[in-house]
Amino acid sequence: MTSLEHIKRRAESNAKAHGYFLNPDPDFLNNLLEGLNENEGRYGYGACPCRLASGNLEWDNDIVCPCDYRDPDVDEFGQCFCALYVNQEVFQGTKPMEPIPERRSQAKIDRAMGKVPEPIQVKAEMGEIMGTNRKLYYCKVCGYVTFREEPPHKCPICQAKQEMFGEIILETELKIR
Amino acid sequence: MERKKVQGDRKNHQVLLYALSTCGWCKMTKAFLTDNSVEHEYVDVDKLDMEERELVNKDIKNRGARLAFPTIIIDDKTVITGFKKDKLTEALGL
Repeated sequence: MTSLEHIKRRAESNAKAHGYFLNPDPDFLNNLLEGLNENEGRYGYGACPCRLASGNLEWDNDIVCPCDYRDPDVDEFGQCFCALYVNQEVFQGTKPMEPIPERRSQAKIDRAMGKVPEPIQVKAEMGEIMGTNRKLYYCKVCGYVTFREEPPHKCPICQAKQEMFGEIILETELKIR
Repeated sequence: MERKKVQGDRKNHQVLLYALSTCGWCKMTKAFLTDNSVEHEYVDVDKLDMEERELVNKDIKNRGARLAFPTIIIDDKTVITGFKKDKLTEALGL
C-alpha cells in the first residue's frame, strides 16, 4: 500500500468511527489527501494541509489531522477547516461547502510564522495542591490519561509519540471570606 | 521572497495570492484565477524560511486581516481571506 492509500484508509476509518464523511468532491478530496501525504513526508506527521505547520510537533500537535478543531467545526459549519471531514448534509450536497473561519488561536499560528512564542503561564496545578510533581497528561490520539511527572515516551495504548501528549490543567479557585 | 508569476489575458488588476502548496482551497483559488485568465503572482508560504514567513505575517496583519490561507490581495488594497468565489468575481470584475 502506498502512503497515500494508507492516509486515505486511515481517514475513511476515522470518519466512519465518528459518524462523519470525507469530502464528497473526488478532486478536492484527492488534493487534501495529497497535501496530508506531503506533510507526513515533510514533517513526519500529518499536519493539516490547509494550515501552516512549524515543523515542531509539540507546537503543531493541535493541527495533526484529525485536528483539535474538527469536531467543533463540523458541529457548527458541517465541515472541518480544510473540508476533509464533513457531515451528512454537506456530503449529500444539501448544505454548500464553503471556506470557514479559522478557530485556531493567533498565538499558535504565529509560532509557525517565524515568531518566538510567549512563555505560557502555568497556573496552580493539581500536583502543587496535592504536594507532588505529578501532573495529568492525556494522549491526544487515543485519549489515554496518566498521572506522572513527565508524559510517557510513547503512549502505551496507541504508541503515539511523547509530543502528542497534552497536559490537563485543573485550576482551583480559593475564596477568602 | 520569490513570487511566481502566472500570465493571463486579464491584466487590469494587480493580484497577489498567499497560498500553501498542500492546501485544497488554495489549489482551487489558483485554478480559478488561471481558468479566468487573471494574471497574478503567488507565494507558497509553506516553502518559505522563517524570516520570509514573518514578512508575510506582517504584510497580512498590517492590512488588518486574519492570517489564513489562501489570502488574496487585489490592487494592494482589497484583501480576501479564503476561497470566496463571489467576492473574487466581484473584486476582479469577472
